[in-house]
Amino acid sequence: MLTVVIIALIKVAVVLVVLLLMIAYLTWLERKLLAHFQVRLGPMRVGPHGLLQPIADGLKLLFKEDVTPSGVNKVIYTLAPILSFVPAFMVFAVIPFGDKIFLFGRSIDLVISDFNMGILYIFAVASLGVYGIVLAGWSSNNKYSLLGGLRSSAQMVSYEVSLGLSVIGVLMLSESLSLVDIVRSQDTIFNWYIFRQPLGFIIFLICAIAETNRLPFDLPEADNELVAGYYTEYSSMKFAMFYLGEYANMINASAIATTLFLGGWQGPWLPPVVWFFLKLFTFLFLFIWLRATLPRFRYDQLMRFGWGILLPLALLNIFITGIVMVW
Amino acid sequence: MKTKQYEIEPISEDTLIVNMGPQHPATHGVLRVVVELDGETVVKATPVIGYLHTGIEKTMESKTYSQVIPLTDRMDYVANLSNNLGYCLAVEKLLDIESPPKAQFVRVLLTELTRIASHLVWVGSHAHDIGVATMFLYAFRERELLLDLFELVSGQRMMTSYFRIGGLAKDIPDGFDSKVKEISRVFPEKIDDYESLLTKNRIWLMRTKGVGVISKEDALDCGLSGPILRGCGVRWDLRKSNPYSGYERFEFDVPTGTSGDIFDRYLVRVNEMRQSLRIVKQALEGIPEGDFIARVPGVTLPPKEEVFESMEALIFHFKTIVDGFCAPRGEVYHSIESPKGELGFYIVSDGTPKPYRVKVRPPCFVNLSALNKLVSGRLLADMVATIGSIDIVLGEIDR
Repeated sequence: MLTVVIIALIKVAVVLVVLLLMIAYLTWLERKLLAHFQVRLGPMRVGPHGLLQPIADGLKLLFKEDVTPSGVNKVIYTLAPILSFVPAFMVFAVIPFGDKIFLFGRSIDLVISDFNMGILYIFAVASLGVYGIVLAGWSSNNKYSLLGGLRSSAQMVSYEVSLGLSVIGVLMLSESLSLVDIVRSQDTIFNWYIFRQPLGFIIFLICAIAETNRLPFDLPEADNELVAGYYTEYSSMKFAMFYLGEYANMINASAIATTLFLGGWQGPWLPPVVWFFLKLFTFLFLFIWLRATLPRFRYDQLMRFGWGILLPLALLNIFITGIVMVW
Repeated sequence: MKTKQYEIEPISEDTLIVNMGPQHPATHGVLRVVVELDGETVVKATPVIGYLHTGIEKTMESKTYSQVIPLTDRMDYVANLSNNLGYCLAVEKLLDIESPPKAQFVRVLLTELTRIASHLVWVGSHAHDIGVATMFLYAFRERELLLDLFELVSGQRMMTSYFRIGGLAKDIPDGFDSKVKEISRVFPEKIDDYESLLTKNRIWLMRTKGVGVISKEDALDCGLSGPILRGCGVRWDLRKSNPYSGYERFEFDVPTGTSGDIFDRYLVRVNEMRQSLRIVKQALEGIPEGDFIARVPGVTLPPKEEVFESMEALIFHFKTIVDGFCAPRGEVYHSIESPKGELGFYIVSDGTPKPYRVKVRPPCFVNLSALNKLVSGRLLADMVATIGSIDIVLGEIDR
């Protein structure tokens, strides 16, 4: 029993550290990639090619004054960043990032917890994140924050519906809610759900981008309209927590897409963990690439797109999958 | 102390007043807009200006005619040469002198390049408002080429002050031809690039088509000019309808839109860049030999070589610099088609070396006044896109 707990704790610690490091260097990667898309160099000063920039940024944020504006609801104002930060990290508990490995005569699953409701857990936890944003917008006592919070809640709730529906096709085909089983059911490249569920994949991808508030769906924080949206009033570590949450969500969305549609850790020649991260970074690259290219939707267009196009398509996808399976 | 002027009473109790600016990422400088919102719908948008007031018009009254030219640079600071040209032409009209053909060709060439530079700033910041940050950097990369050329001719990237009353400050330098040729070789491709990023982009179309619409009649009533007016389908371009500086010599089209929305304004401006390149090519081929500044003793400076050799020229040079020149009594208005619209200078002269009054008719100021008409009833996000499409420069609005 004790060894099980210790192994689990070690896995949690490793995942947490890796995730935090990834977030830090994702900000670096994003700045670098964006810069090169935009014919700039990006961070170059702190360390070679700006490699120490994330650490400098983190330190700077830690030492900044933590301003609490007057007129805010102090409890909720403090709670909101935590609420948006913690769920984003909890999602990684069920994501398998490699096959079983054998260490010290034990077989260890490279997943913190493989339980049979994996997907349901992800959706349940991920949808908690929206509270952080709504409450931040509401408690800040700022009109921009309020508008940002409202936009964001509407957007995330709408797109969560299609997001949930888009993966149902995968669940039907794999006949399991456990992420490990879903990965195992995609044993060859032709069985990857990106090929068996192309429509589902596209809908998932669009919704995932909307869920993570990235361009072209970055309305809640549209800097040209709402200054910084719901976190306008935040500073110091509270601000950083929103940022951590946002980037963690990006990694989550990529990890889920990898697991559900790209066969997770599976692939030839290279070790499973390497494959997992390769696929993960493909998605992250796509996220950044989109940001460099596309304009931003307008709020009503975004809602119409979500409810009017994506939702019917997601339902159609389930319907077709059902027919094909019965047939 | 409360200033009554800026107190804006909400129309009803259900609306929310949001103050945008003067420090806000989407207000292009220091424009302040007090927006009354019903949900996210704009009920009323009131522009509040004056945060960049520099007293340029007033300062002009205490400068001699030639000393005013550097002040005009600072009005529309992304289209400096257009301002120089507008002012110089107005004073030339007052003095009844004409610049030599060479100066006219170079003026046309440089102001058309200025138009491209100004439109590049516009397309970059407008696209950035709608979320394409990349466009901003692309546009500014190409603008660098133009600024290099301006630096080559005038020594300054932005505050050029290259035109003088009666001609140019100095002759065009060596390497001017090749630099302009390079620009006219590089740009068509770059403009195609911008179009491939934006013109057919579905999200861009969704954001700009049918947004910020103004009808032909309203546009004329508001006194709008420039690409906004032409976007409504009115073929009004001072370069065609009231040619100055020899524009009648050049062959070019005036692009117009049909629906008067943001997208049409965008297309008008993009096509204007292409037309400007056409004019630039013709002007470069046609630059004649000869003087670069008219020889009007007492008004323009004598050629430098003569100053070194002749006593009279030295005296004229000294007196013109120190005293300026006395313009005849009277008043004059001259307007040009600046990148943003009709830029007019109204000068009242009382016969002294300094203008009695200079009143500028700034296109941005007039165009901005239509803001409420353009955005009321639309969403807040549309307002950001619309402000971008008006293409304002606060330096010119506040003066």
